[in-house]
Amino acid sequence: MTAAVAKVYRWEIAKLLAQKRTYLGLVSAMAVPLIFVVVLVLQSGGPNDVPLGRYIRDTGLATPFVVLFFMSIWGFPLITALVAGDIVASESQNGTLKTILTRSRSRGEIFVGKILASITYTLVIVFAMGIVGAVAGSIAWGFHPLTSLSGTQVSAAHGVALLAGSLALYVLPLAGIAAFAVLLSTVTRNSAAAVVGALMWALLMQLLGVLPGTEAIRPYLLGTQFEAWHGFLRIPADWTPVIRALWVCALYIAAPLATAFVVFLRRDVAGD
Amino acid sequence: MSESLPISTTGLVKRYGDIAAVNGVDLTVERGDVFGYLGPNGAGKTTLLRILLGLIRPTSGSAKLFGRDPLVDGVRALDGVAGFVEGPRFYSYLSGRKNLELLADYDGDGARSRIDSVLELVELRDRAKDRVGGYSHGMRQRLGIASSLLRQPRLLLLDEPTTGLDPAGMRDMRDLVRRLAGEGITILLSSHLLNEVEDLCNRVAIIRKGGIVYEGPLNELLATAATGYRLRATDPERARVVLLSQGGVDGVSLVEGQLRFTADEEAVGRAAIALGQARIGITALIPETASLEELFLGLTGGESSDHDREAIVA
Repeated sequence: MTAAVAKVYRWEIAKLLAQKRTYLGLVSAMAVPLIFVVVLVLQSGGPNDVPLGRYIRDTGLATPFVVLFFMSIWGFPLITALVAGDIVASESQNGTLKTILTRSRSRGEIFVGKILASITYTLVIVFAMGIVGAVAGSIAWGFHPLTSLSGTQVSAAHGVALLAGSLALYVLPLAGIAAFAVLLSTVTRNSAAAVVGALMWALLMQLLGVLPGTEAIRPYLLGTQFEAWHGFLRIPADWTPVIRALWVCALYIAAPLATAFVVFLRRDVAGD
Repeated sequence: MSESLPISTTGLVKRYGDIAAVNGVDLTVERGDVFGYLGPNGAGKTTLLRILLGLIRPTSGSAKLFGRDPLVDGVRALDGVAGFVEGPRFYSYLSGRKNLELLADYDGDGARSRIDSVLELVELRDRAKDRVGGYSHGMRQRLGIASSLLRQPRLLLLDEPTTGLDPAGMRDMRDLVRRLAGEGITILLSSHLLNEVEDLCNRVAIIRKGGIVYEGPLNELLATAATGYRLRATDPERARVVLLSQGGVDGVSLVEGQLRFTADEEAVGRAAIALGQARIGITALIPETASLEELFLGLTGGESSDHDREAIVA
């Protein structure tokens, strides 16, 4: 990262920290595992039909994995799109884009700073959920060894490492949604259109994955990559979904970002 | 040397569909000018400023700032240049100072060290910690000037800087512009306010439908208008005969006891002596110089705004 991009990035983060919508997403991401744990503490049933669901009361480490599943459908995509869909469009709408474009930073540097800030936010919300989920779950049910998807137990410390790896992998498809939101944000110059459009894109990817007849393309859909972390939870690890998620997500991230970059570099900034 | 001109444009065109917002503009702004870019609303003033600041790409032609083309050199073309179009815009959720810190970081070049002095200059130091969302229009305009001065500009591009200000705010803003011009900053001032341009500018371009209909010194423009006089005399009929016999006095007419004619100053002096020698008393001799407003209306076809274009072109 060049010094110029670092400065833009730092201010993009500062701007996010000064806006309510940032906290709306962050608090939501942290509240969901808390509510989830409280509800399970108050009742006896459990999410037995989701990965690791049946072990939810065995160890607090299972909580974030189960919440990941539930939030992949629209929770995390919405929170991600709230910020990524706004990051260019709000500046177009408020006229501040022309303010920063008439200083000494190039359009490319500004764009890269915004992308890095969007991805940072995605990373933060996923890890915030993971940490809150693990802590709340551990308070409720203890910090015990984790039962893997293969049925074998791993130590709690190993479980933490698996959780960190899974969260990091989970960020990739979310970054794909963020990239699409940034594209819409750049092209439409309208925050609401970008947020809703990105959410629709995420839901479409999920829908395609459950429709009959889509088996052939299913491994390459963005929605499928939200399950790639299952590979980490097998003993020994199944690297096939992990590696596929790496390159499939890279494409889902690169294509919209490259398009958005070209549009951002060349677009007329007039009275939006 | 054209390379070092603060602004030079050649055959500049910006089209939106069938409408040419900027239509073949050849413009030269020289060092030290306070240049008025004058036209009705929708004439394409802001579009030109957007091109100069690199915000939009011209359809054809070129625009250079100190010899650098924003299209070719990107933000490097804005070295030594600052300004705003359609009013300065800031992050309303950040304080005035934070906004300036952000922009100073975007500028680099020690701009942060100038924040206090520019806030002082625009008299916003006391409100610098407040969020811009709570600023009045006038304060935002002043913050806009402050943010421009962070760049230590040699050329300042100001788009209607007094629009929306109350009379005191307008006076303060014009004083500030005058002061900056006095410090040697070249200023391009886009405006539709004739008195503002007449008050501040030494050179003007008058714009109509995207094209320049006049470019040059303001005093030369005013001098192009025929100078007329009104005369009241003790014996208007005889005075008319005397005036008709004077060389250099034209267009003599007598309406309701008042004479009107055109002449240069020398001919007027001779006519006054002749009237005296004919024992005709002069009770009033009033010069009628065409105002910038009259010239402007003549050059722009009397439009106060170009309504058809206004929605498309700013």
